[in-house]
Amino acid sequence: MSDLENFRAETRAWLEANCPAEMRLPIKGEDDMCWGGRNFKFKNDAQKLWLDTMAQRGWTVPDWPKEYGGGGLNPAETKILKQEMASLKCRSPLSSFGIWMLGPALLHFGTEEQKKHYLPQIARGEIRWCQGYSEPGSGSDLVSLQTYGEDKGDHWVVNGQKVWTSYADKADWIFCLVRTDKNDKYKGISFLLFDMESEGVSTKPIKLISGNSPFCETFFDDVKVPKDQIVGELNRGWDVAKYLLGHEREMISGGGLSADMPSIGAAFAEVAELDPILRAEFAAFDVETLAFRAMSEKFMDELKAGKGHPAQPNMMKYAGTELNKKRHELIMAAGGSDALEWESEASNHGAKPRGWLRTKANSIEGGTSEIMLNVISKRILDLPGA
Amino acid sequence: MPLYHNDDQQMLADAAQQFIADKGSVAHLREFRDKNCKDGFGHDLWREFGEMGFNGILVSEEEGGLGLGHQEAGIILKEIGRNLTPSPFLTTAIAGIEALNAGSKNLREKYVPGILAGETVLSLAIEEHSKHRPDHIAMSAARSGNGFKLNGAKKFVIHGGSSDMVIVAARTAGGVNDREGITLFAVDKDVAGMEINAVRLVDSAVAAHINFNDVEITADAVIGEVDQGADVLDRLLRAGRVGAAAEMVGVGQGAMDITVNYIKERKQFGRVIGEFQGLQHRMSHLYSEMQIADAAVLKAQQLLDEGSEKAELMISVAKAKVGKATNLSVREGVQMHGGVGMTDEYDIGLYMKRDRALSEFFGDASYHVQRVAQIYGY
Ligand SMILES: Cc1cc2nc3c(=O)[nH]c(=O)nc-3n(C[C@H](O)[C@H](O)[C@H](O)COP(=O)(O)OP(=O)(O)OC[C@H]3O[C@@H](n4cnc5c(N)ncnc54)[C@H](O)[C@@H]3O)c2cc1C
Ligand SMILES: Cc1cc2nc3c(=O)[nH]c(=O)nc-3n(C[C@H](O)[C@H](O)[C@H](O)COP(=O)(O)OP(=O)(O)OC[C@H]3O[C@@H](n4cnc5c(N)ncnc54)[C@H](O)[C@@H]3O)c2cc1C
Repeated sequence: MSDLENFRAETRAWLEANCPAEMRLPIKGEDDMCWGGRNFKFKNDAQKLWLDTMAQRGWTVPDWPKEYGGGGLNPAETKILKQEMASLKCRSPLSSFGIWMLGPALLHFGTEEQKKHYLPQIARGEIRWCQGYSEPGSGSDLVSLQTYGEDKGDHWVVNGQKVWTSYADKADWIFCLVRTDKNDKYKGISFLLFDMESEGVSTKPIKLISGNSPFCETFFDDVKVPKDQIVGELNRGWDVAKYLLGHEREMISGGGLSADMPSIGAAFAEVAELDPILRAEFAAFDVETLAFRAMSEKFMDELKAGKGHPAQPNMMKYAGTELNKKRHELIMAAGGSDALEWESEASNHGAKPRGWLRTKANSIEGGTSEIMLNVISKRILDLPGA
Repeated sequence: MPLYHNDDQQMLADAAQQFIADKGSVAHLREFRDKNCKDGFGHDLWREFGEMGFNGILVSEEEGGLGLGHQEAGIILKEIGRNLTPSPFLTTAIAGIEALNAGSKNLREKYVPGILAGETVLSLAIEEHSKHRPDHIAMSAARSGNGFKLNGAKKFVIHGGSSDMVIVAARTAGGVNDREGITLFAVDKDVAGMEINAVRLVDSAVAAHINFNDVEITADAVIGEVDQGADVLDRLLRAGRVGAAAEMVGVGQGAMDITVNYIKERKQFGRVIGEFQGLQHRMSHLYSEMQIADAAVLKAQQLLDEGSEKAELMISVAKAKVGKATNLSVREGVQMHGGVGMTDEYDIGLYMKRDRALSEFFGDASYHVQRVAQIYGY
């Protein structure tokens, strides 16, 4: 057996022995995932055990270096681990903006002290992060942001308002874009990290069409941020922000599609038999899903080999999120009146309609589909004036 | 295996790109169309394909080929597609060879050297309907003496009028829809009773409707086993489908590229039209569709080369996806060219025509979407 085949066999055996049965059931929604953090309430013992076991092995972040709490796996091994987890239906042990977004940015831009300090905490799920980018006047046009950090020697004093800050009320720390120079639109933004318990930070939840309120308005009122909590250079936070957005887009694009997801038509075979038009839509959707998954695999493989086009995540995000929305439209259509139940026990408190409504944000959060298309036009197709 | 071309494959791609752009460009297609060539393709170029070694990609090294797989075949096909090169490559060196690879050594000795040299051309007489229905074969091959007597009719036999040998799927037993009882035959041209009516298609290729009237062939023309031809046919179809899909990726990308270039040049309202977001977003969407189609085809080729049982599913996904994406590419291409897109002088229309033909070849998008549902069991 080759090394990789050995690795696959060992990984599979280890997962079978260590992944609790409850952590092999399908995830019912955002509430059902493990987010970690200071105040996180685990759903059950299995969820905590699974997080600790995986973190111990560095497998919450398998491809990060070992010294920062990672598993030190190479790309091929990481791919195998994912495949084996998917085939055994093991849940991801930790859902975390720290892993998906901040971690890669710290690995790339952080100082050695910052890496040693923040990354292991992220890997173990000790600190829950939120993202402070958007402001009421600055969404797609993010560089127009106004939140201001005034230089006070050894610290900044930050004032302003963020909006759409996902889980701000549950997060421990925030990674935040702050204007530190009012004269240069692009080169006047810095990337700051700070504790949400700092004096002057307050949050107010925003209720969504799904009835849930995963995000907030976030207010900063004379918040003191020490100087060593800046990532990257002063006034060059936009570089960090863009790098991080690439990872965010990649993460959102895979949402719900990259896992070993069964055929939607097979899942709703009875409906398919009743309704030939829906059957055709299911089948067309299954084609799209498998094709998208191939693209996703190709992109990941290229990325790891340093061959990918840097703007490809935008394309993945665009295609993946539109597809995920379509999938939930089909789930609603297949469910019929059952899928309309909003509160009953049987409907798992309206998981289907709430899930469907949630997906509508996929093509807005982390940059809208229109913005993705703009980026492709400009950076890949090189169209003028884009 | 990672899902991108390795270094050897990339070298092949570079060589193929250069060679086919030089020798088999759209100008080449126009030349053969305009001189109303009865074959619809150039024999000189076919021989040069042979010299380049392309024709032996799926032929084992012992038999003088390169012993490579469908990923490499797809590399050539994509360039053929991008340049709209008229060529018997797909029917002969891909689908035809795959059938012969399942046949006897004698048959291979008879045909393979000519194919490798670019002397021999094969065609495929499978279809009996205007839509792809390879599980519906009525044509009969009745035993007669030591051999068989063929009766029936076939359609959409690409290069049927100019091929040296036709691979014919006929029935030696069973009813029209039965899997058992199909047999594949290697039928040489010029046998008595084979009535070939060549017709030019919308993309300037020449196909044939063939009537078989008591065509007598010997037993050594059987490819594989008598009555057990369905397996060989499947093998031929897998290669043909994934190959046609690869060619279509080339067509779609080629159409997209010339359109992107066009909208960067053409000015209206005092600006190049590529500045208008109404066009940019559609172009970017199209780009994304072509990328997905390309990956789906590569994945299908890889699974087929690995002998994976998932190949069947992914081949249909690939042909279906590329069918939709390339169709979008040529339609958007003509539209974004405005009036000139309707003229013969501009190439974009030629892409639209080739797409139409290739999408029917080996099953259109609906056929393969339907097949995905069947494979999944709903
Ligand atoms: C569920 C969810 C979670 C989020 N989480 C966070 C978070 O944690 N942290 C955070 O900072 N932000 C978060 N956001 C905010 C998100 O990043 C913004 O909503 C997004 O960037 C769009 O900005 P906007 O809402 O201001 O829309 P606008 O910019 O006002 O856009 C409105 C419409 O105009 C279109 N449009 C705008 N500009 C152009 C253009 N140039 N060309 C063509 N069309 C254009 C847009 O595509 C959109 O359709 C979240 C949003 C959602 C929905
Ligand atoms: C079969 C045929 C018959 C015709 N008959 C006549 C006739 O009898 N008399 C006559 O005078 N003309 C005739 N025309 C010409 C026809 O009116 C023009 O082709 C048409 O107005 C488009 O102009 P164009 O071809 O220059 O395309 P362009 O203006 O070059 O447009 C190219 C592409 O860019 C797009 N585009 C252009 N501007 C914008 C914008 N601002 N925003 C977004 N997209 C844009 C267009 O929609 C198109 O997709 C005919 C054309 C055809 C094809």
